[in-house]
Amino acid sequence: MSILTFILFLPLFGAGLVAMLPKSAKGLIRAVALASTALPLLCAILAFLSFNGAEAGPGGYKFYQKVAWVTALDINYQVGADGINIGLILMGSIVSFAAVCVSRSIQDRTKEFHFLMLIMIAGIMGTFMSIDIFFFYFFHELALVPTFIMIGVWGRGKNKDYATYKMTLYLTLGALVALVGLVLLYVQSGAKTFDLIALQEQLRNNPISADAQTTIFGFLLFGFGILVSLWPFHTWAPVGYGAAPTATAMLHAGVLKKFGIYGLIRIALPLVPQGAQAWLEVLAWLCMGNILYCGWVAMRQKNLNKLIGNSSVAHMGFVFLGIASMNLIGISGAVLVMIAHGFLAALSFGLSGYLYDQKKTLDMDQYGGALRQMPFMGSLLVMAMMAGCGLPGFANFAGEITVLFGAWKSLPWFVTGTAWGALIIGAVYALRAVRKMLHGPVANDTLPLQDAANYWIKLPYVLLVASLLLFGIFPSLLTDKIRTSVAEVVKSIEAGTQDQQTNLAEESVKTGLDIQLAGQD
Amino acid sequence: MNIAASILEIAVIGLGIAVMLADLWLPREKKIWLGYAAAAGLTLILFGSFSMSGNPATLAFGDMYILDAFALFFKRFFLIAAILVMIVSIEYSPKFQTGKGEYFTLVLFALAGMMFSASANHFALLFVSMELMTITFYVLTSFLRNQILSLEAGIKYLILGALSSGFLVYGIALVYGTTSTMDFATLREKSALMTDNPLLLVGLLMIIGGLGFKIAAFPFQFWAPDVYQGSPSSTTAFLAVGSKAAGFALLMRLLFVAVPDITLQWEKLLMVIAGITILYGNLCALPQRNLKRLLGYSSIANAGYLMMGIAAMSASGSTAILYYLYSYMFTVIAAFLIIILVMKHTGAEDIVHLAKLHERAPGLAGVMTLSMVSLAGIPPLAGFFGKFLLFEAVIEQASAQSSYYLLAAVAIVGVVISLYYYFGVIRTIYWGKQQMIPEDIQISPASNAALWVCSVVIIYLGIMPERLMQAATAAVESLKF
Repeated sequence: MSILTFILFLPLFGAGLVAMLPKSAKGLIRAVALASTALPLLCAILAFLSFNGAEAGPGGYKFYQKVAWVTALDINYQVGADGINIGLILMGSIVSFAAVCVSRSIQDRTKEFHFLMLIMIAGIMGTFMSIDIFFFYFFHELALVPTFIMIGVWGRGKNKDYATYKMTLYLTLGALVALVGLVLLYVQSGAKTFDLIALQEQLRNNPISADAQTTIFGFLLFGFGILVSLWPFHTWAPVGYGAAPTATAMLHAGVLKKFGIYGLIRIALPLVPQGAQAWLEVLAWLCMGNILYCGWVAMRQKNLNKLIGNSSVAHMGFVFLGIASMNLIGISGAVLVMIAHGFLAALSFGLSGYLYDQKKTLDMDQYGGALRQMPFMGSLLVMAMMAGCGLPGFANFAGEITVLFGAWKSLPWFVTGTAWGALIIGAVYALRAVRKMLHGPVANDTLPLQDAANYWIKLPYVLLVASLLLFGIFPSLLTDKIRTSVAEVVKSIEAGTQDQQTNLAEESVKTGLDIQLAGQD
Repeated sequence: MNIAASILEIAVIGLGIAVMLADLWLPREKKIWLGYAAAAGLTLILFGSFSMSGNPATLAFGDMYILDAFALFFKRFFLIAAILVMIVSIEYSPKFQTGKGEYFTLVLFALAGMMFSASANHFALLFVSMELMTITFYVLTSFLRNQILSLEAGIKYLILGALSSGFLVYGIALVYGTTSTMDFATLREKSALMTDNPLLLVGLLMIIGGLGFKIAAFPFQFWAPDVYQGSPSSTTAFLAVGSKAAGFALLMRLLFVAVPDITLQWEKLLMVIAGITILYGNLCALPQRNLKRLLGYSSIANAGYLMMGIAAMSASGSTAILYYLYSYMFTVIAAFLIIILVMKHTGAEDIVHLAKLHERAPGLAGVMTLSMVSLAGIPPLAGFFGKFLLFEAVIEQASAQSSYYLLAAVAIVGVVISLYYYFGVIRTIYWGKQQMIPEDIQISPASNAALWVCSVVIIYLGIMPERLMQAATAAVESLKF
C-alpha cells in the first residue's frame, strides 16, 4: 500500500465517519474532520521528505500503486508521485488542513459542510496523484457536486445562485471538453489503455499523426483552459470565488483549479507535443489576456474577494506563459508558480473570510486602518498582498522569475516584456488594497475588528505564510525535484517534435534527390 | 417446439393470472398483499433466470423466439425493473379507488410483453410483444379514472400509440412484400443484397418510427411529457424504464441482427436523430416546474444519449447502451419513488414541494441528490460511467468519420444544459424557499428497502463497473458485430 493511498482515502474515511455522527455532535465532527486532514498532512510531509530516497516504480513514479479496475477498458486505480506532483500533493494537504481549520465559523449544518468538504478534499488529492487518465478526470469531477452544494448553501451575497450555476456549468463544460481529448488519446494512440505510463511508452514509439495531435491538443487546451480560467473563459472564477464560503474558495482557487494546468503539463505536453507546438501561438496570446486584461479588471474592484479572484486569474496567465515557453526553465517555473499560488490563494481567501466573518462585507470602502485594530492578521494580509505582487522572499517571486526567464528564451520579446510590465499592475492593485483597508483612519462603525484571539485561530494562516516563505527562501527544496521530472517531459517534447523535423528534413532530402534525378534525365 | 426456452415468460404470465384470480376472492383492504406477492414471485423468477444460459442460443416457436445472452440480459433487466415498479405501485396504490389487484396484474402482463420483445427474432413476435406491452400501458396510464389529467394521458397515449402501431404494421408489410420473409436470420441474408431497394428502406424506416415512439426519440417524442405527467407515477416509472428498454432491445436486434448492411448506410440519420433528441429533451426540460414533466423531458434526452450508442454502430456502443439502461433504471425508479413519498397528498408534483426536504427527511434528500447527480452524469455514480461509455463509443468512431465529433459536441452541450435543471432540483432540496405546509413523510419498509437498493446500486455501478460491463459485453456478443 502506497502512502499516497492513505492521503487519498483518509479524508474519504473521515467523510464516512462524519456521515454517521449525530448532527448535534459538532465538536466531534470538527475533530474527525481535523484528524482526517491532519494525518494526510503528516503523510504528505513524510512523503515529501523521503521523496529523494524512495524507490522509483514504473515510469519513474515513486510511492507507486496499481489496482485493476475495469479490465475491459484497461482502467486502473493507479497512483504515484514524481517531482511535478509531489509538491502539489504537499501543497494540497497543507491547504486542506488549513481549510478545515478555518471552517470553525460554519455553525449552520456543520455536519453536512464537513462531509462535503472532506469529499472535495479526497477528490482534490486523487486528482493530483492519479496516473491513470480516467481517474484523473474521475476525481476532479468528484469534487464538483460538493462545490456546488457548498456555494449554494453556505455561500454569500445576493447573486450566489447565479455564481453557483455559472461556476458549475463552466467547470462541467471544461471537464467534458477535456474528456473528449482524453478519450481521443485513448482511441487514437491505439494502445487501448488509460494507463499514463503505458500511453507514454506507446506514443514514444508510434506517435500520432500531426493533424490528430493538433485536434487532441485543441480539446485539451480549451477543456483544461476553461478549468484554469484561461482568458476569455475566466469569468466564472471571480464571481464564483466571491460567492463561495471561505473553505471552498481556498480549496478550489488554491488547489483544485490547478487540475487544468497539471493536466496540460502531465498529459498534453508530453503526449501530443506536435499539437502543442501548433497551438503555442494561440496560447501565448490568450495568456496575455489573463495577465493584462484580468490584472486591469482587478485594479477596478471594490470588493476584496473579487480583487483576489481576478488577481488569481491573472496569476494563471504566468503559468500559461511558462507552459507556452515549452522549455525546461519555463515549465519548471510554471509548476513552481502553481504551488506558490496555491498557498497564496488559500491564504488570501482565508484572510478575506476572516474579515467577512466579522464585518459581513468585503467592500473595501467599509474598511480602514484595520492594521491598528488587528496588527497580527493585518500584517498577514500585507504579506499576502506583497507575495501576490511578486516580492522576493516569497515563493511566488521564485516561480514568476523562472517563468520569465523561460519565456525570454523561446517566446517573442514583447510577450515576455508585457508579462514583466504586468507585474506593475499587480503591485498597483495590491498596494491600493493595503492602503485602503489597512492604513489610514480607522473606519467609523459599530463593529470594530478583532485580532486573532489565540494560536488555534492563527495556526492555518501561519502555516500558509510559513510555507510561502519556506519555499520562497529555499526554492531548491522544490525545484530540485521539479527539474528532474520536467526534464523528462521536455525530453518527450523534444523527441516528439524532432520526429517531425527529421521527417521534414528527410522529405526535403528526398525531393531534392528527385529534382536531381529529374535533372539527370 | 422448445417451450422450455420461454419458461420465464410463462412463469410471469402464470403469476399474472394467479394474481388476477386471487383478486376475486381477497377482501378489499388486503389487496395490497397482492402487490407484495407479485414482487416476491418476480424475485423468485429472477433467481430462476440465473439457472438459464443464453449460450448457445436456443430457438423456439418456428425460430420466432430466440433465447440468447442478449435476450436473457434484457429479461433480467425487465424483471428487476418490474420488482421495483411493483414496490412503487404498492406505495402509490392508495390513490386508486378501485382495481388495485388489476393494476398489479397489468404490470405483470406488460412485463411479459417486454420479456417477449427481448426474444423477438421475427416481425410477428416483434409486433405481438409490442402490442401486449402497449395495450396494457393504455390502461395503466389512465388508471386514475377520476382524474382528467390521467385520462388525457391515456387518450394521448392511445391515439399516438395506435398511430405508431400502424406505422409498424405498414412497415412490416413493406418489408415482407420486398423480401418475402419476416424472419430476422433470413432477412439478414436477403437485405444484404437489397440495400438500395426503396420499398424495403421505406418499410424499415416506418418500423424504426414505430419503435422510436416507444423510446420517445425525435420526431416521435410528443406524447412523452403529457403522458409522464398525467399517468400514475408508478406507471410513469415503468414507462420510462421498461418501455424504453424494450424499444431499444428491439431496435438493436433489428438494426444489427436483421438488417446490418442497411444500417451501415444510415449512420448520418441515426446521428441526427440522436443529436436532435438530446437537444430537444434538454432544452424543453429547462423551464419545467413539474417534476414528473421534467423527468419526461429528461427521459427524451436520455433516449437521445442512448441513440448515440446505436449511432456508433459498434459493439462498444451497444455495450454502453446496456450499461446505461441499468444505471438509468435505478436512478429513475428512485426518483419516482421519492416523488410519490414526498408528494402523497399534493395534487401536482411541483418541484417547490421538495423545498427543505433536506430538513424534513435527510435520507430521502440524499437519495434524490444521488439520483439527480447520477442522471447528470457525474462521478462516482452509475450515470457517469454509462455516459462515459457512450462518449467513448462515439469518439472511437470519430477517427474514421469526423461527423461523430459533431454528435459528441451536441451531447456535451446537452449534458451541460441538463446540469442546470438537475442541479435545480438539488438546489430546491437544500436551499429552496418553502411555500407549502410540509407534509409528514412516512416510508413503508418495502419502499425503504427499495430506496436502499437503488442508492447502493447507483454507487456500486459507479465505483465497481466491472461485473456489469462483463455481462453487457457478453450479451452484446449475440448481436454479431
